[in-house]
Amino acid sequence: MSRYLKDFPLLQQVDKKGRLPVYLDNAATTQKPQAVIDAVASYYKVSNANPHRGAYDLSVEATKVLESAREKVKAFIGAGKAEEIVFTKSATESLNLAAKSCGMFLKEAGDEIVLAVSEHHSNLVPWQIAAQVRQARLTYMYTDESGRLPYEEIKSKISERTKLVAVAHASNVTGSVNPIEQVIERAHKAGAAVVVDGTQSIPHMAVDVALLDADFYAFSAHKMLGPMGVGVLYAKEKFLLDMPPLLYGGDMIEYVEEQSSTFAFPPQKFEGGTQNVGGVAGLSAAIDYLNSVGMNELQAAEVELTAYMLERLHEVPHLKIVGPDCLDDRTGVVSFVLEGVHPHDVATILNADGIAIRSGHHCAQPFMRHLGVQSTCRASLYLYNTKEDIDRLADSLKGARRWLGYGTE
Amino acid sequence: MELNELYTEVITQYSRSQKHRHPLDNPDIKVQGVNPSCGDDISLELKVNGGTIKNAAILGSGCAISMASAAIMADLIEGKSTAEAERLAALFLGMIRKTVTEENELEELEDALAFQNISNMPARVKCAVLAWHTLEEALKKLKVS
Repeated sequence: MSRYLKDFPLLQQVDKKGRLPVYLDNAATTQKPQAVIDAVASYYKVSNANPHRGAYDLSVEATKVLESAREKVKAFIGAGKAEEIVFTKSATESLNLAAKSCGMFLKEAGDEIVLAVSEHHSNLVPWQIAAQVRQARLTYMYTDESGRLPYEEIKSKISERTKLVAVAHASNVTGSVNPIEQVIERAHKAGAAVVVDGTQSIPHMAVDVALLDADFYAFSAHKMLGPMGVGVLYAKEKFLLDMPPLLYGGDMIEYVEEQSSTFAFPPQKFEGGTQNVGGVAGLSAAIDYLNSVGMNELQAAEVELTAYMLERLHEVPHLKIVGPDCLDDRTGVVSFVLEGVHPHDVATILNADGIAIRSGHHCAQPFMRHLGVQSTCRASLYLYNTKEDIDRLADSLKGARRWLGYGTE
Repeated sequence: MELNELYTEVITQYSRSQKHRHPLDNPDIKVQGVNPSCGDDISLELKVNGGTIKNAAILGSGCAISMASAAIMADLIEGKSTAEAERLAALFLGMIRKTVTEENELEELEDALAFQNISNMPARVKCAVLAWHTLEEALKKLKVS
């Protein structure tokens, strides 16, 4: 039993058959510890007011909650200044905000944006639109058949024509951790800026954006034990100063005249409208929780659990891992297919055994086509998962083909 | 809903049936149906003669539920007029939405009745209705052409 399980109320709710849930869809969203739930509730109970606006104590308190969370995020990801942390509503919004800045980089028709083919739609579609608007070219770095990004691709695709590179730190489909340091080094040598989608890395490993020298780094709270509705965009201050806002109105202004306006300095410039302060309070508590575990310890435990999951999945007849089936440079996101059974049916059959996994294209359709699969099953781990969860997964998978008429296997 | 109520023999057999899973020569209409959220992607082809559906084919891939639903639908509409096919599609979707509950009326759906309880499994409803929505789209396009 994971020593963290006791902190997660939802994972202690037994079903009608008396079973604890096996939640293995952590790449989609994680469950929330009591400390995060309490922090959100406490904000609304004792601190709720509109931040940055009221000339009264409660508003000051709400402002403190918001800004202290910003400091906490800054420290958690190793940013240089709290002003480089912009709160958004999701990682998708963060990446769209980054893409909105493309005009700073794409100055001539034919300038290139380089993406990895493994990108989530949220770090792919905004760049397609940016390319259309700026008459830029989209170039893809292709992975090998196991989902790894070879250095040769990085070297050959990022050139002096490249102005922007957008790449995930870790894949939400295969769990591969991309050689992000090599991508950033190569891009910077070519004079290009790098936007990193950190959605699948921040929850699972210690990340230092300054050490990486990432220009932009996006992630969401809900995949790291925090509430839904809060995203983060880290960007180097020099970029934030020049970037256009995404939303206009509310507290992002400086002076508003009848015919024109000037805007606040970052990060307020990008935070038009009332912020989700309750959600941000939850993110702050999630960071406290993760710090109390220790990111290196968390990662080590996940590696051990991933090894066990790969071992048990290898024992399931007719199962094929999609992505790396070794432990090197991967997270606990494991995609697989079961011969003859569509992933949706697998998910339904596992659900009947109280096991939640994801099935489908995982919002990465170009990657799925590149890998030659229409959809996969995806089991993804987090710190509260246990070997017992994995045993239940493997046992249920062994019976899945039987439901579709494949005899006893 | 228990698994044995979902993966019945009717559904698992139809899901593996190859009867309609081949392209038609010069189809009169070809329409793609996609479930964007899960990636299921099918293509419905119809050969229509004098207002009667002579052949129906379903290509592409999907889960057991969507493939069985498509196979049953193709069986059901072959030999029927386009107007009857349109009515059957409305009947099937009405059954799923529980707006049509009259057993006598639903009997016309024959083996497609196997999906009567799919609304008890909301996560799989979109799989069961994909082929039927695609049929509606195909019939609409036929009318225009």
